[in-house]
Amino acid sequence: MKRVLKLFVLVMLASLLLSACGGAQEAQTTSDGPFKVAVVMPSAVNDLAFSQSMFEALTQIKNEMGAENFDFVYSDNMFVVDDAAAAIRDYASQGYNLIIAHGSQYGASLKEIAPDFPKTSFAWGTAGDTFDIPNIFAYEAYSQEGGYVNGVMAAALSQSGTIGVVGPIEVGDAKLYVDGFIAGAKATKPDITVNVNYIGSFSDVALASEAAQTHAGAGADVLTGSAQMVVGAIGVAEERGILWFGTQADQSSLAPSIVVASQVYDWTVVVDDMIALIKEGTLGGKAYVVTLENEGLLIVFNDGYDLSADVKTLAENTIAGLKDGSIKTGVGE
Amino acid sequence: MWADLFTGSVLVGLLSSGIRLATPYLYAAIGETFGQRSGVLNLGVDGIMLMGAFSGFYVVFLTGNLWLGLLLAIIVGAIMGLAMAFISVTLNAEQGISGIGVYLFGLGMSDLLFQKLVNNVETVRGFQPLHIPLLSDIPVIGEIFFQQNILVYGAYLMVPIAWFVINKTTFGLKMRAVGENPEAADTLGVSVAKVRYLTVTFGGIMSGIAGASLSIALLNVFQQNLTNGLGFIAIALVYFGGWRPGWVLIGSLLFSMVNSLQVWVQVIGIEIPSDIAVMMPYLLTIVVLVISAQRVRQPKALSKAYERMD
Repeated sequence: MKRVLKLFVLVMLASLLLSACGGAQEAQTTSDGPFKVAVVMPSAVNDLAFSQSMFEALTQIKNEMGAENFDFVYSDNMFVVDDAAAAIRDYASQGYNLIIAHGSQYGASLKEIAPDFPKTSFAWGTAGDTFDIPNIFAYEAYSQEGGYVNGVMAAALSQSGTIGVVGPIEVGDAKLYVDGFIAGAKATKPDITVNVNYIGSFSDVALASEAAQTHAGAGADVLTGSAQMVVGAIGVAEERGILWFGTQADQSSLAPSIVVASQVYDWTVVVDDMIALIKEGTLGGKAYVVTLENEGLLIVFNDGYDLSADVKTLAENTIAGLKDGSIKTGVGE
Repeated sequence: MWADLFTGSVLVGLLSSGIRLATPYLYAAIGETFGQRSGVLNLGVDGIMLMGAFSGFYVVFLTGNLWLGLLLAIIVGAIMGLAMAFISVTLNAEQGISGIGVYLFGLGMSDLLFQKLVNNVETVRGFQPLHIPLLSDIPVIGEIFFQQNILVYGAYLMVPIAWFVINKTTFGLKMRAVGENPEAADTLGVSVAKVRYLTVTFGGIMSGIAGASLSIALLNVFQQNLTNGLGFIAIALVYFGGWRPGWVLIGSLLFSMVNSLQVWVQVIGIEIPSDIAVMMPYLLTIVVLVISAQRVRQPKALSKAYERMD
């Protein structure tokens, strides 16, 4: 009995401590305060990939609109969909204006939750489906476009004629990126070899690193990859002096000497438009796509890497061609 | 297509990558073998690895001193192991549940510390491959076995040491006795608590090193949940190996080789759906586990708390 009591006290203390720490994420419900956004993300906000891209967009919007007009809270590392669903429901009942479920795995949960909160707006991605529910937005990235541009540069820079791709799972924007990358590389040098490897995980850093070693062993001198586990692969690339092309976020900080360029998702175009619509009373029903043309996708060159002028021109011409439609990736759409 | 697998450079790559991949599994599984042979099932391995991985990484990130990083990983591993021993031996808590608790603590704590102290994915310069005169220069063999970093060698060195300690020393005898029949061991004057404290703490130390082998030797980076459940595979490998270091080694190598094989199969363009390829190491492990389960008996007192009848 004494032991049970002790345990009980311990649990109470622990939960007190936890709730004290979590207090910062609470928010009050007021109608005329700042526009309030809550976002649920599968990985960490500083993952140098998917979650970070949304975090940076919201931070930028906050800086532009000012803290008195815009505020956001987030729950990151929500890889377990059930936990994410609970968080989404919590945020909804706390009166946020917009709740973003930043992950294609959250779609089914949103479909269930959104009708229960008709005055709250929800958004999810990457996906193109609003389920015909009036308070759901959807957003996706034509990541094949940046993939294509990266592929063009990769093929131009490869001396060995072999390029390696470290992919996570063969779905969503990762697959689009990889397919676009291959298309771009082949369009530049039809006889180039692009070895693709999906490691079956978004988070297995060790296997991503080993996959990069394997690509190097197979003769690749340029690598790319998608999702947050690529940090393992970038480490290998840096050690072996292999060039790297990034996607989702700017990855040049991780290995300034070998990252050539990164495709960056800039969700501000999407979120800005959603905010405007919500303020007018439209709570959903629109599906967004970020592209090179609407500048939701950007190719960020790494200043630390000395890219030859003709390859850079080639990349810029490719970007211009994709924007005006004279170049097609032939992937997705 | 399949013939491409059997070229020299592919085989060399495959083997050296398998040997590297097995390193963290080996440290963690050998450590866990000690705990389990004395009757304590520690499911917290993965959490301890994460704490070891972060603390080692953080020291190297700050100071650049790899040995200091390894030392801190060992200390943190020992503390976590001691905590597990305190919960399961002194408090006699249900081992499965408390192990999960230790795991969740390590998972959350390592991420919290990472967010607060580093707050960005950063790389460090970790242990570099050693160049052993003569041996490293042997073609093929040298490339496979003798161009690895020191923590890889350490892992393989632990296997004979563990075998020796378990089978040939008085402490090993006491440990096995405590794991098979704690009442009898106790009557003979062996302190069950002391033995279990030692083995579980040692398991913690090994898990700490396993984590550090990832963050400052193989990957040279830290990210939340860096181990990605690797510690649980290590526990499975202890069962797979029938609580014997030599077989644990075989299991770790088998799992890692198949893993590196599936990576190669995809890279050289053999047409297998990636989902099937990534299943291969797990499928194989399950199959072998099922077959080997009938082979050996687990320590009788495994996962049972020992309470003295006074």
